[in-house]
Amino acid sequence: MTKENDFNFTWTLLFFTWVIAMVSTLGSLFLSDVMMYPPCTLCWYQRIFMYPLAIIFLVGLLPYDKNVLKYALPFVGLGWLFAVYHNLLQYNIIPESASPCSQGVPCSAKYIEVFGFITIPMLSLIAFTLLAVLLYIIKKRG
Amino acid sequence: MNQKKIIIFTSIGLIVLFILAGYFYKNQQTTTLQKMAGEQAELFERPYSWSIGPKDAKVHLVEFMDPACETCALFHPFVKDIMMKNEGKIRLTLRYATFHDGSEEVVKMLEAARMQGKFIETLEMMFATQRYWASHHHPNPQLLMEFLPKLGLDMEKLAKDMKDPILDKMIAQDMADAKALGASKTPAYFVNGKPLQTFGHEPLKELIYSAF
Repeated sequence: MTKENDFNFTWTLLFFTWVIAMVSTLGSLFLSDVMMYPPCTLCWYQRIFMYPLAIIFLVGLLPYDKNVLKYALPFVGLGWLFAVYHNLLQYNIIPESASPCSQGVPCSAKYIEVFGFITIPMLSLIAFTLLAVLLYIIKKRG
Repeated sequence: MNQKKIIIFTSIGLIVLFILAGYFYKNQQTTTLQKMAGEQAELFERPYSWSIGPKDAKVHLVEFMDPACETCALFHPFVKDIMMKNEGKIRLTLRYATFHDGSEEVVKMLEAARMQGKFIETLEMMFATQRYWASHHHPNPQLLMEFLPKLGLDMEKLAKDMKDPILDKMIAQDMADAKALGASKTPAYFVNGKPLQTFGHEPLKELIYSAF
């Protein structure tokens, strides 16, 4: 593969990470501000790590800057950890009493359940996992 | 196509998609709610619900509220004013959505006062003294209790009535109806089944007047 092609490939991968972050950001805003589902505490922590990614990836794309990996990784990692914890709560693997959100909306509450297993925290976990995988591939290539 | 263009088009595409989806969702929701208003009128008004105004009024305003909610207190005089200006033309139904911890006790107090024929006086007193007994969204029923004797309520009877298990059922039913209607914040307004989409004094006024 020529250098030019390789550059395009990693750019495209990074472009997809940005699209994932954008879809997650707009999707979560849709759930809270259009569908009016109040976000629980853990949802907020995941948002805190997802929203900046939509901007960090964009800056890294224009023009392509491989340093973006270094800046994005802590956000993806921490967001992923919160998403895992939230999913464990929702599937009752960790009891709700051990969670930090006993006030307001309980984090074990499920607003939507598509096909019986896709919940909002599951979507978040999928998004953070995809981002981690894509970043890993970009790192290998770069 | 160069990379800059791809990004610009994708951004525009995603944002347009977001706006369109929002528009369709709200439209869909309004249609569903209006259908519900026709077919399942009991979701908006239960036989036990407190209402004022003629049953056959052209405008039926349903408000889901919580006595501990600051915005509800703020909107109360506004709604009252509209009601007075259009006497006999609007029916108002108040429902409970006890989203604050401790609000259930307050609602029970209000319902017990209603049994003594002092509903509106008690509610208005609760709103007027709200900052003393429910500061920072933490209702304190004990503090509120101290204000009630001023209304000439029989406090012993009130304490007894508050324990009536029917009140628990009533609050649970109101919460279930609020959920079914998608009312997740207080106050939530419905005019003839149509939800208030943009929150505010003016939009509420417009929604009410558009129904005449």
